[in-house]
Amino acid sequence: MRVRVNGTEVEVSAGMVVAVAVARAGRLWSRRSVIQEPRGPLCGIGVCYECRVTINGQAHQRGCLVACQEGMEIEADE
Amino acid sequence: MSRQRRDEAYDVVVVGGGPAGVAAATAAAESGKRVGLIDESPWLGGQIWRGEAERPHSEKARRWLKRLEAAGVTVRVGVSVVGGDGAGWLVAEDRRGAWRIGYEALILATGARDRFLPFPGWTAPHVMGVGGLQTLVKSGWPVAGKRVAIVGSGPLLWALAEGVTAAGGVVVVLAEQASWESVRRFGAGLIRYPAKLVQAIGLRARLAGVPYWCGWWPAVTRSEGDWAVVTVTDGTSRRELKCDLVAFGFGLVPNLELARLLGCGTRDEPGWEGVEVGLDQETGLSGVYAAGEATGVKGAEAALVEGRVAGYAAAGRRAEAEALYGLRDRWRRFGAMLAQAFALRAELKTLADDDTIVCRCEDVTYGRLRTWRTAREAKLMTRCGMGPCQGRVCGAACRFLWSWEPDRVRPPATVARLETLMELGTGGNGG
Ligand SMILES: Cc1cc2nc3c(=O)[nH]c(=O)nc-3n(C[C@H](O)[C@@H](O)[C@H](O)COP(=O)(O)OP(=O)(O)OC[C@H]3O[C@@H](n4cnc5c(N)ncnc54)[C@H](O)[C@@H]3O)c2cc1C
Ligand code: FES
Repeated sequence: MRVRVNGTEVEVSAGMVVAVAVARAGRLWSRRSVIQEPRGPLCGIGVCYECRVTINGQAHQRGCLVACQEGMEIEADE
Repeated sequence: MSRQRRDEAYDVVVVGGGPAGVAAATAAAESGKRVGLIDESPWLGGQIWRGEAERPHSEKARRWLKRLEAAGVTVRVGVSVVGGDGAGWLVAEDRRGAWRIGYEALILATGARDRFLPFPGWTAPHVMGVGGLQTLVKSGWPVAGKRVAIVGSGPLLWALAEGVTAAGGVVVVLAEQASWESVRRFGAGLIRYPAKLVQAIGLRARLAGVPYWCGWWPAVTRSEGDWAVVTVTDGTSRRELKCDLVAFGFGLVPNLELARLLGCGTRDEPGWEGVEVGLDQETGLSGVYAAGEATGVKGAEAALVEGRVAGYAAAGRRAEAEALYGLRDRWRRFGAMLAQAFALRAELKTLADDDTIVCRCEDVTYGRLRTWRTAREAKLMTRCGMGPCQGRVCGAACRFLWSWEPDRVRPPATVARLETLMELGTGGNGG
């Protein structure tokens, strides 16, 4: 199945979470911190909130806790 | 979203779908109880059995997940438990909204997370948790052809080395902060756990090419062009390693926020943290049980047997629970052996410099924090621990660095939406 990460199409499969789709789009990071540092997934299990992205328009979702679904629109910070 | 329409109730509610929660739910359901099992990740299995539902690897996991299904447990995944009154109601939340879940007995099987100790450079995107990377690799994180440095402490370093290697990555170093002597003593102790010994020997043989340095820990990491560089030290010398990713973690810390929020007693000494439970896994709160890593980090076998004890006890089947005490003691002793062997060295308190960020949510540095005496003070003055993770990452670090007591847990136990806050505001029995 396919999802889009900041407009780029990425091939993913069932069992992949959104944070993995972001990495497969070639990005190690998903958000900018208070002082604008780039940050990416740390804990992998919903604890640290460093993997936050916008999913289908819904902001601040933890990418490591959401399973990819066909056609999902994922937006990470630039 | 109408809350009333989604409210639900069970005889026994289990929070956490890892080995402990799966075993607990199964034992209670096989004892004739109506059981609800809730987990916030998209699939059952918790950390060790992650991905087993789609791509089974472990025979044991397959057996347990089948038995759970056969027992007729109602499973809710993608649902976070964010609060409750400790006396019959939980507040649950998913991406669509919030609702209440009622119970007669509650079993907390919330597992553990990586313990992170800040060191210069650790907030860079090329640095991830040991458990964190392991979990994401199981979900398909691309590590093929990547060079990964694994630094920190505990057997999870080895699990990750195997995960990375199997996925086509190269482990450039496995740096363990515990001394050779300590690790060797742990190895010798495995003689009492033959299955573990066989597992360890097999793992070491499969990963014979991986450099294993004991008594080494991370000093600093930085980017250099396309590469990441991590410097490790043994206290006297330093070595630099070129890699793509650095995975680090100093053992695990139990997820205690929900237990604390409900009012269960906890132990907080680094390395020995956990929910306090009695013989039958019951916490200080009547009808509320805890099992698995949540009661203290000791591995998946202990989690399974504690889960079974809790499940039987919550269903009132005392004899079945008691029959498992011997087995449970055995795996708890294994846990104590782990804690002792991989105890954190004092040098790890000196990793950060004044510019190192400790609280990643609010970007609060070590230099700004070290002048305060308590977590409460630091929070008020610097916002440390006030961000979305609510101190889950920096709290364990501050505890280790300055022995700060964990600050009182405010509801909700995780960051929740406004309507969830309103739900909590109605109290446990509001309509
Ligand atoms: C990130 C990570 C990866 C690991 N990987 C391995 C591995 O590959 N191999 C290995 O041998 N050991 C691994 N471990 C060790 C692990 O702790 C195992 O020993 C085992 O999974 C513990 O079982 P458990 O049932 O106690 O907890 P877990 O398996 O951790 O299960 C706890 C579950 O509770 C859920 N949960 C927690 N809080 C809430 C809440 N408020 N609401 C809803 N759900 C909640 C979590 O989503 C999780 O699924 C890992 C640990 C971590 C932290
Ligand atoms: S990686 Fe920590 S919350 Fe997703």
